Amino acid sequence: MKRFLFVVLAAGLWIGPLSAQQPPPRPTGAQEGFVPVESLPNQEKLTAAPLLMTAYAVAWLAAFGYLWSIWQRLGRVEREIAAITRRVEAGSRR
Amino acid sequence: MKKAFPFLLVIVAAMFAYAPVLIVGAPYESEMGLIQKIFYFHVPSWVVMFTSGTVCGVASIRYLMTGRKEADRLAQAAAELTLLFGLIGLMTGPLWARKAWGVWWQWDAKLTSALVMWLIFAAYILLRRFGGPGAEKLAAVVGIFGMANWPFVYWSVNIWRTVHPLTTVVPTLPGSMLGPLLFCIAAFLGLYLLMLVARLHLERRRADLEALFLAVED
Repeated sequence: MKRFLFVVLAAGLWIGPLSAQQPPPRPTGAQEGFVPVESLPNQEKLTAAPLLMTAYAVAWLAAFGYLWSIWQRLGRVEREIAAITRRVEAGSRR
Repeated sequence: MKKAFPFLLVIVAAMFAYAPVLIVGAPYESEMGLIQKIFYFHVPSWVVMFTSGTVCGVASIRYLMTGRKEADRLAQAAAELTLLFGLIGLMTGPLWARKAWGVWWQWDAKLTSALVMWLIFAAYILLRRFGGPGAEKLAAVVGIFGMANWPFVYWSVNIWRTVHPLTTVVPTLPGSMLGPLLFCIAAFLGLYLLMLVARLHLERRRADLEALFLAVED
């Protein structure tokens, strides 16, 4: 019986440290502080294409919008000049 | 300039049609990848903004010294275009930053000083619009301040610590990237010249209308 207890105790003494010496579980991405882009969920990934297309669209819209505004303003001024000129001509004929 | 306008229009249109071919053909930057291609419109918009700010400032000095109305008209046209190209720069920059830095905006020296410069020209336009009689001279002084601001914007990245790429990036670019960039800068400057001529024409016609009004009243 004493021998049996000795074996159990010795086994316990061996198993304890051995189990403690097992390699720690692999750290997760968050613990490492680095997550490869490929392993990110889709909603976390930021694709460049929509941002790039928006940037070019902004540039084109701003340029064409401005040209359109010059066109509109010039048209208004030309109409006013034409109206005054007609009025002056009509007045000089009387 | 009237004769040269259609010729310049065709050249600029052809340049903008060919620019995407060059941009697509330019190599990818190793770290940033696709998003770096915003650079081919972002940098030229700032080049034009600085050019236009200088035109506005020089014309404003000329107006204050000589009182020539034509110089004032040129300053006003240039100020509006400074605002336009600054807006393109201020909007394309954050779209790049969102991917490159992870944020839309950073209150660092380069971005903040660029925004301040843009706001100075916005003040110029507001002054011309709502300043009433005699606002031209005050606006001219604002235009000179706007021009004086751009060297600080340009060299701010070298003077202060900022997250924005340094001024050394462009001179050290490989030829395969520098070529398309210079081509886009030339196209933007051509577009700027066309817009400036068109805007100046509008201002001249406004002056004609005002003179006509005064003549009728007399």
